[in-house]
Amino acid sequence: MPLSDIVSGLNSLAADQQRLSDLAAELGKQVQAITVQAPAASEGFFITGLTVFVLACFVGYYVVWKVTPALHSPLMAVTNAVSSVIIVGALLAASPLEMTVSKAMGLVGVALASINIFGGFIVTQRMLAMYKKKTTGTGKAKK
Amino acid sequence: MSATVSLSYLISGICFIMALRGLASPETARQGNLFGMFGMALAIVTTLFLMETSSYGLVAVAIGIGGIIGAIVARKIQMTALPQLVAAFHSLVGLAAVLVSSAAFLNPDAYGIATGGSIHLSSLIEMGLGVAIGAITFTGSLVAFSKLQGLVSGVPLVFKFQHQLNLALGVIALFSVIVLVLTQAPFAYWTIVVISLALGFLLILPIGGADMPVVISMLNSYSGWAAAATGFTLENPLLIITGALVGASGAILSYIMCKGMNRSIFNVILGGFGSDGGSTAAAGVGGDRPVKVGSAEDASFILKNAASVIIVPGYGMAVAQAQHALREMSDLLKAEGVQVRYAIHPVAGRMPGHMNVLLAEANVPYDEVLELEEINRDFGQTDVAFVIGANDVTNPAAHNDPQSPIYGMPILDVEKAKTVLFIKRSMASGYAGVQNELFFRDNTMMLFGDAKQMCENIVKALES
Repeated sequence: MPLSDIVSGLNSLAADQQRLSDLAAELGKQVQAITVQAPAASEGFFITGLTVFVLACFVGYYVVWKVTPALHSPLMAVTNAVSSVIIVGALLAASPLEMTVSKAMGLVGVALASINIFGGFIVTQRMLAMYKKKTTGTGKAKK
Repeated sequence: MSATVSLSYLISGICFIMALRGLASPETARQGNLFGMFGMALAIVTTLFLMETSSYGLVAVAIGIGGIIGAIVARKIQMTALPQLVAAFHSLVGLAAVLVSSAAFLNPDAYGIATGGSIHLSSLIEMGLGVAIGAITFTGSLVAFSKLQGLVSGVPLVFKFQHQLNLALGVIALFSVIVLVLTQAPFAYWTIVVISLALGFLLILPIGGADMPVVISMLNSYSGWAAAATGFTLENPLLIITGALVGASGAILSYIMCKGMNRSIFNVILGGFGSDGGSTAAAGVGGDRPVKVGSAEDASFILKNAASVIIVPGYGMAVAQAQHALREMSDLLKAEGVQVRYAIHPVAGRMPGHMNVLLAEANVPYDEVLELEEINRDFGQTDVAFVIGANDVTNPAAHNDPQSPIYGMPILDVEKAKTVLFIKRSMASGYAGVQNELFFRDNTMMLFGDAKQMCENIVKALES
C-alpha cells in the first residue's frame, strides 16, 4: 500500500514538474517577445529617423556651401522661416477635442510659428527683390 | 502615418532644399523662396488632414493672428534692424519648440508616442534634449535681440565663476534628462526647462556686441537642431530633414564668421572679447602722433581724380544709415569715369551678409560688390581705398604684429592702395581695442564726422 502511494505520489510530482517546466518555457517566450518587440516599435523609427537626419545634414552641408556670401542674410531669414515647420507639431498638439493645457500650448505654438513663417518668407522676399544687376540698376551706365 | 501624408512631407522637404539651393545666385534666389513658401503651405495643409476638423476654427484664429503680426513686422522693418529681427524670430522658434515638446510630454497619446500613458524610452531622451535646445535658443536669442536693439549694453557681461556656474547648470540639466528617462517624472522635465532657460541667458550675456554675427548664426543653428529633436520625438521625418538643413546652415555660417575673425568657436562662446582692452591698448600705442585730416572738398578732389576707387563699408555705415548717400557719391564718381567697387569683409556688420543687403537696398548693383578673396589682390592697383565705418578689418597689425589680439585675422589690404580715406567719428579704436597703424601713414587722410553727413558733403563738393 504505502509503496503504491509513493509511486503515485512520484508520478504526480513528475507531472507537476512537467507542467512547471512548460509554464517556465512559455514565460520565457513571453519575456522574450516583450523585450524584443516593444522597443522595436519605437527604436525602429529611431534608426529610420537617424538615417534621414544624417543624410539631410549632408545635403544641407553641400547646399549651404554653394550659397553665395552676398546672400547670407537672406539665407538666415529663409532658414528661420523654414525651421518654423515645427508648426506641424504644434498643429497636432492643438488637434484634440477637449481643451487642455497641452492643446493651449499647441495653439500658442501655432501662432508663434505663424509669425515666423509669414515674417520670415516676406522679409526674405523683400531682401531678394533688392538685389539687382548693373543693367537694371539706377540707370547711370558706366562710361 | 499614411503613405499620402509621408509623400507630401517628402515633397515639402525637397521644396525646402530647393529654397536653399536657389540662394546660390541672386538670379535663382527669388524662385527658391517661392519653393520654400509652397513647401510650407503643403506641410501645413497635409497636417490639417490629420487633425480633428472641429479644431479648425481655433487653429485658423492662431494662424491668422500670427500671420498678421509676422507680415506687418516683416514689411515695416528697416534693413539696418535686420539682425534684431532675425534674433527675435529665432527666439520664437525656440519657444515654439519648448511648447510643442511640453505639449507632447503632457499628452503623449495625441502623438502616438506612448503606450498606456508611459512614453517610449527613446522619445523621452529626444524630448529632454529637444526641450533643452529649444529653451536655450529662446532665451539666448532674447539676449542677442536686446543687445542688438540696444536694450542692454553690447559690452560683454562677465563675472567670477561664470563658466563654473554654467558648467554646474549643464550638469544638473544632464542629470535631469537621465532622471526623466528613467522615471518620466514631470519634476525632472520642468527642471530641464527652467535650467535651460537660465543657461540661454547666461551663455549669451558674456558675448560682446561685435561677436553677434557668430552668435546669430549659432542660434540659427540651434533653432534647427531643436526642430530636428522635436522631429525625433514626434517621429516626423519632415521636421528632422528641415531641422538638419537649418542646423547645418547655421553651423556653416558660424564657421565662416569665426574664420573671418581668426577665432575659434569656443573662444567666442566663452566670451569677454574686447571687454578690457578698449582704452588701455589704444592709449599705449596711440599717443599724440600726427594724422592728416582732410575736409569733404579734399576728399572729393582726390576721388574725382582717381581712376579706380574701392569702398570698404563697415558697421559704422549701417549705424549712420549712410548707404544711400554713399551710393549717390559713387554714382557721381562713375559719371566722372571712375571705376567704383565695394569690398566686403566676412564679418562686416552684425550678421552674415548684412552689408550686402544694405548696399542692395541702396540700389548698388550686386556685381559691383565683391568679397574679400575676390578683391583683396586689386588694392595694389587701386588709387583710392574709401573706408567708411570699418576699422579692425583693415588693420595691418593683423599681418605684422604677433602681439596684437587680432593677429592672423584676414583683413582687407587697404594699405596697399595709393591713398586711403578713412571716415570716422573720432580717433577711437575699433571693437578689438587695437589702435590702427594705418591712421598715421603718410598716404592716409582722416575725414572726421558722421558717415552720412560726410558722404553728403562729398556729393555736394563733387556736384559743384
